[in-house]
Amino acid sequence: MADLKVNIGSLELKNPVMTASGTFGYGTEYTDFTDINALGGIFVKGTTIEHREGNPYPRMAETPAGMLNAVGLQNKGADYFVDKIYSAIKDYKTHMIVNVSGSSVESYVACAGKIAGLEQIPAIELNISCPNVKKGGMAFGVTCAGAAEVVRAVRRVYPKILIVKLSPNVTDITEIAKAVEDNGADAVSLINTLLGMAINAETRKPVLSTITGGLSGPCIKPVALRMVWQTYKAVNIPIIGLGGIANWKDAVEFMLAGATAIQVGTYNFIDPTVSAKIIEGLNGYCDQFGFKSVSELTGALDI
Amino acid sequence: MKKYMLDMKVTENKDLHDNYCLLKITSDKTLPEALPGQFVQALVDRSPTTFLRRPISINYIDKKSNELWLLIQKVGDGTHAMATYKPGDSMNLLLPLGNGFTIPGSKEENLLLIGGGVGTAPMLFLGACLKEKGFKPVFLLGARSEKDLMQLDDFQQFGTVYMTTEDGSCGEKGYVTNHSVLTNIQFNKIYTCGPKPMMQAVARYASANHIACEVSLENMMACGMGACLCCVENTRNGHVCVCTEGPVFNIDKLTWQI
Repeated sequence: MADLKVNIGSLELKNPVMTASGTFGYGTEYTDFTDINALGGIFVKGTTIEHREGNPYPRMAETPAGMLNAVGLQNKGADYFVDKIYSAIKDYKTHMIVNVSGSSVESYVACAGKIAGLEQIPAIELNISCPNVKKGGMAFGVTCAGAAEVVRAVRRVYPKILIVKLSPNVTDITEIAKAVEDNGADAVSLINTLLGMAINAETRKPVLSTITGGLSGPCIKPVALRMVWQTYKAVNIPIIGLGGIANWKDAVEFMLAGATAIQVGTYNFIDPTVSAKIIEGLNGYCDQFGFKSVSELTGALDI
Repeated sequence: MKKYMLDMKVTENKDLHDNYCLLKITSDKTLPEALPGQFVQALVDRSPTTFLRRPISINYIDKKSNELWLLIQKVGDGTHAMATYKPGDSMNLLLPLGNGFTIPGSKEENLLLIGGGVGTAPMLFLGACLKEKGFKPVFLLGARSEKDLMQLDDFQQFGTVYMTTEDGSCGEKGYVTNHSVLTNIQFNKIYTCGPKPMMQAVARYASANHIACEVSLENMMACGMGACLCCVENTRNGHVCVCTEGPVFNIDKLTWQI
């Protein structure tokens, strides 16, 4: 049995396997299928300061080995989270991390400030990479200046672990990663969805109400892996890798590329127990190859 | 209701029609309790272009033989692949998902179950449960022509069956909303599942005649358990997930123009 503990800054995870925001609800949706307390952490659904209805239906298109979504940050707002959801999830024996989004620097700061007061939420993931909202979201994540500005402002009001979720829809993700590191991020998570599009040839119409949407699932894994590797060489803060992870081998690959921990996203829809299987598989891999601690895998790519 | 992920086994795959087949599936364990209107998420493991599970409504649960029935309409790659399953093949299902139809308290009520196309599927299970509870359900099944009407022998076990076909080859000619049974019997409640224009016409009829009405929606889904927020329907309470708040909705909750 290998030591599966890893650290994201001062935050210790019992294992490196977490679930990605927007793919695992608030954890409660999955309790019939799997022991969510066994996870390293759960990134809950994107939360904004205001209630948002999200984009009109249809919001989803299946692709080979993946899917496009255009949900658009539907959520009931930070106050609803604090008043109604927090009490139901705070006692899970895993780290509940809130994904925070906004449409302006002020709205990110306001939302992060509210979540900061919740004792059992040890970290936030700042979402500067949502491709499905008109204002804010990805707009902050595609320029160094925008990313730096929002991270700097949130850092002032948020004293706990600040993770910044990066967009792959940029020319050079390492420049953005360095900008958020320089402005106080404790870790980065990457990648968010890739901007994509689906068309119905028969009707000659776009499939999504928003025409474009975010691509996720196993089809994006090679892109995500490459970006984790590039970012690992560019920054000194921990990287949480995600993008198409569907089994323990994928998780190992992300760690070898430089990830300290990983998130399982879209594959939760296919197999709600996939994260438990990945934890078991990581342990088996470490035993087989003589790693005493899973943390030894981070950046251990043999070139 | 507790949800399960089960590895099950196909016991029968019956062609009902060029475009439809009936899969009967069993499990080593006793099948979980499920309500009419609920659905399963089926993993399709033999179609390279099919990534997501396929939400399929429960057609019937045969407690004696411990079999779950799924009526499959061959629409895309995923459902075509499902239609190739043979007895002995394994299938992984998440079930039961969503909410069922509401069963009235009074046995005196006249209940009409309207199904169209693959939307007839949940009406069989609903009719069976209603009969078991002492109701006398009436079925009204609509199709393009006689060959599109399926499982008639099964429906007839649980209640009176009326039919409409667009070409008049079976039952009354026309649409379900023009059928004479609507004027001959005073119904207290209508349940419906089928193509959206049909359900909207039924909802319009029910609303105009002050009859309670529940519809079962089939919005495109990814997860089927309220995590991805892809299958939303606009309701009087805003966007809600069809998979967890539905798929059965009282028409009063919807914002349909009826």
